Amino acid sequence: MPLVLPPSVLGFYLLIAFSPNYWFGNFLDQYFDIRLAFSFTGILIGSIIFNLPFMVNSIQNGFSNLPVSLKDASFTLGKSRLTTVFRVLLPNMKPALLTGVCLTFAHTIGEFGVILMIGGNIPGKTRVAALAVYDEVQALNFDTANKYAVFLFLFSFIVLLFIYSVNREYLKWKKF
Amino acid sequence: MEEILIELHVRKTIHTTNVDEILDVNIKIPKYGFVTFFGKSGVGKTTLLRIIAGLTKPDSGYIKVGNEIWFDSTKKINIKPQQRNIGFVFQDYALFPNMTVKEHLLYAQPQKETKYVSELLDVFHLKGLCQRKPDKLSGGQQQRLAVARALARKPQILLLDEPLSALDSETRQLLQHEIIQAHKNFHATTLLVSHDINEVFKLSDFVYIIENGKIQKQGNPDDVFNSTRLTTNIQLAGQILNIEKNVLTVSINNTVTEIITTEDEISNLKVNDKILITVKATNPVIRKLTDTENLQINEKLKCVEAAQSDHPLASLP
Repeated sequence: MPLVLPPSVLGFYLLIAFSPNYWFGNFLDQYFDIRLAFSFTGILIGSIIFNLPFMVNSIQNGFSNLPVSLKDASFTLGKSRLTTVFRVLLPNMKPALLTGVCLTFAHTIGEFGVILMIGGNIPGKTRVAALAVYDEVQALNFDTANKYAVFLFLFSFIVLLFIYSVNREYLKWKKF
Repeated sequence: MEEILIELHVRKTIHTTNVDEILDVNIKIPKYGFVTFFGKSGVGKTTLLRIIAGLTKPDSGYIKVGNEIWFDSTKKINIKPQQRNIGFVFQDYALFPNMTVKEHLLYAQPQKETKYVSELLDVFHLKGLCQRKPDKLSGGQQQRLAVARALARKPQILLLDEPLSALDSETRQLLQHEIIQAHKNFHATTLLVSHDINEVFKLSDFVYIIENGKIQKQGNPDDVFNSTRLTTNIQLAGQILNIEKNVLTVSINNTVTEIITTEDEISNLKVNDKILITVKATNPVIRKLTDTENLQINEKLKCVEAAQSDHPLASLP
């Protein structure tokens, strides 16, 4: 669902949910003394919810790319589902896991709508690099905006480079 | 009377590309036997093994092993594959790419028994390779590991799903020998799926021929194949390349041969027809192959195997 929902919509509903004026936010505030709206923890949780599908998708792909006989073989050796997943299936889909982790991470770094909604762009607290670029452009500080932008650009590039180089190593593994 | 280990009567609809076929099998397998299911591909041999292993659920029927009921559709019993004491060797071996040879065997054991692991490594000539991962093993070594892994659990029943089909004929013969040894040494009742007659003769003491989802014939390999296979005739399958008067040019086993026939015989034949040539085997000239000839024939066999699917021989049972 978060895959098709516009980020600002999801952010809006999360903001409402986190707000102490509503039961969930109120409940957190009263019993755990946690306020998620306009806090770093809040944008963290929002990002997790928003970006989870990328990870889930990668893991699903990983599972469906493995030969079914691996699972069957492990079952006939008397191993439970859980053991099979952790000892056989997950170790043999490292490329998918790595792709998932990196994609999700890179996507989270660049996230805008959800962060802006929940975090509210508070300097030093919930202003992330992607928001800062927007802010500096609005304030006509193109130099600073450029610094942030270049940083984000390089960072994303390096992450992508890393995925491909590591995955290439794994793909040298012959598939069975 | 031999002790019966497996009693099985199952029905299962198999969805093939063309038609749905009903597999309906009723068999009793003796303890410590070596039984082969023989038949063309797609008749449900593999499905039968998977049903015994618990990987595929039959539509109805029962499976009784010793005193345990593994499956009974009327009582809604279906024991999980994990609880069936079996060893399964898959056609693609299904080795775990992340584990070394030794880790495979240790993983397969319910309790770690290093002594038994080293015995298996010895028997299957894997001792020197125990730190290698599957991608660093040859086809034959992978196959050995697959059998060793299946035996690591000390199974009551060993299920082999065309375990040698991907190997060249030399390795295959070597491994057939090892499978017999393993069957004897480790006292597992063994069920093999195969479509190779030589393999059936060499390995099994009982064979079921499955056709159209039913068991068409059963007995020891000699009896079952005797009528059609063991005669004084040699049968060759070939394909007609050319017909000129009463001379047929035929491709047999990748060799082109000219055969002189009567015009009657060829009246209903045309180019590209697949034919069966029967030759009397009485009084043939026999001599041992020289080493070079042997090599050449092995090479040829490999080529034939590679092209087996579109070779005329493949269409024969």
